[in-house]
Amino acid sequence: MPTNDHIVKSFDVELDDLSAKLVQMGGMVEAELQEAIAAFQQRNTRRAEQVIAADVKVDQLYEAVDQQVVRMLALRQPMASDLRRIVSSLRISSDLERVGDYAANVAKRTIALNQVQMIRPQSGIPALGRLVQELLKEILDAMADNDPAKCLDVRARDEHVDELYNSVFRELLTYMMEDPRNITATTHILFIAKNLERIGDHATNIAETLHYAITGVPLREARPKSDVTSLTLVDPGTGDTIVAGRADGDKP
Amino acid sequence: MQIQTTLPQATGNRPEAKAKMAARNVRMYYGEKLALKGIDLDVRDREVTALIGPSGCGKSTFLRCLNRMNDVIEGARVEGQITLDGKDIYDRSIDVVQLRARVGMVFQKPNPFPKSIYENVAYGPKIHGLARSRDDLDKIVESSLMKAGLWEEVKSRLQESGTSLSGGQQQRLCIARAIAVSPEVILMDEPCSALDPIATARIEELIDELRTNFTIVIVTHSMQQAARVSQRTAFFHLGDLVEVGETAQIFTNPRDDRTQGYITGRFG
Repeated sequence: MPTNDHIVKSFDVELDDLSAKLVQMGGMVEAELQEAIAAFQQRNTRRAEQVIAADVKVDQLYEAVDQQVVRMLALRQPMASDLRRIVSSLRISSDLERVGDYAANVAKRTIALNQVQMIRPQSGIPALGRLVQELLKEILDAMADNDPAKCLDVRARDEHVDELYNSVFRELLTYMMEDPRNITATTHILFIAKNLERIGDHATNIAETLHYAITGVPLREARPKSDVTSLTLVDPGTGDTIVAGRADGDKP
Repeated sequence: MQIQTTLPQATGNRPEAKAKMAARNVRMYYGEKLALKGIDLDVRDREVTALIGPSGCGKSTFLRCLNRMNDVIEGARVEGQITLDGKDIYDRSIDVVQLRARVGMVFQKPNPFPKSIYENVAYGPKIHGLARSRDDLDKIVESSLMKAGLWEEVKSRLQESGTSLSGGQQQRLCIARAIAVSPEVILMDEPCSALDPIATARIEELIDELRTNFTIVIVTHSMQQAARVSQRTAFFHLGDLVEVGETAQIFTNPRDDRTQGYITGRFG
């Protein structure tokens, strides 16, 4: 991406402002996610409430980016790298806004979980949370550094998120099988896991969008996908989990 | 940039696309000054090719090479080869008047003759002997004005002076005049720069219609115009053809930093 300035300086000011808004959004959702995971681990309702309150600001920033992008398209008629950057900003802010929503949902479910008896110690969720946080951090770094290599790395690593999510999913199914009284808590935790997995997907979306913005090259080939939970079943006889349509039983 | 792109180098020359005109290593001198430094460009049949670049980059000079308009400039010299349907237009056997009938031109400022609207359009066909009768000539005038999208506005006032028309109408009259001699290629040198946005939109719509029958090369300072009307865009800089490619590619993902710098409004 060319770094030298536009002849019309106010265009640079607007572009810098757009980037600053995205960086700010990125920082806010990163903090939201961290706080949501901490609130879950500590069963801390107050911390969870703060996450929910913070998400309102992310939504406001998203609206501001949306308006600025429309305005810049209309008034600046951007071309080439500018066009890619401005259109990508809109997509990235939309992904970040979703990440914020998922983090807030983790916080909401944490508040609900705090009302019921906690099931066994959850090692899967914090691990999944850490991994997703790393992906989010790396893609925000890639944004700051305009680094397409990091985009490719984030995109490749989303597979690990899927794998970890599969194992959490299976683990939670077994808790439900063991005792139906676990079902309320487990269902909330299952949704929390799903939220985290979706955050990984949005980090990947950002990676693809950013890669195009920087290089002009769309990432066309399908990305690695390992989430098999949509096909996962429990055998009522043995209690084993199996993946539908797979000959090798429960080995995904 | 840290990764290799897998896209092919954009030469803009699809081997399967038919070139109506082809320039090979075209060098053009104004006296000692080298204005074009070896241009290789194919102009595809029935497509609009836009030539863009900063002032003095050679785009208008190149356009004028395509119908030998530079011949009349003292000290101007063209080297290399330009072909029309495979035949060298700088060959001794070429009749320049005939060439300019096949490769017509529309200029920046509308320049109708100080004659009637009818005469403006009829002049070319008359001197080229394209009409056998007055009836024939009437038909050519009508169909040319129709194709130029001007007929409805002037059909009841064909004997009025061409200069009495508005700027946009005058430019469409000049396009009708160019079309009247049944050219194959139409060269346009900033045809809308003296027109308001509505008149510009009419000309752009006209260019889009004309490309079904004609090959068009347009020089424009408006990148939005190049983006709107052309299928291929060529970027000139300091007498070089920097990059040519599909218009959508040039405006979303140019390969060369100079193209990028120019079209995004940065210093080259």
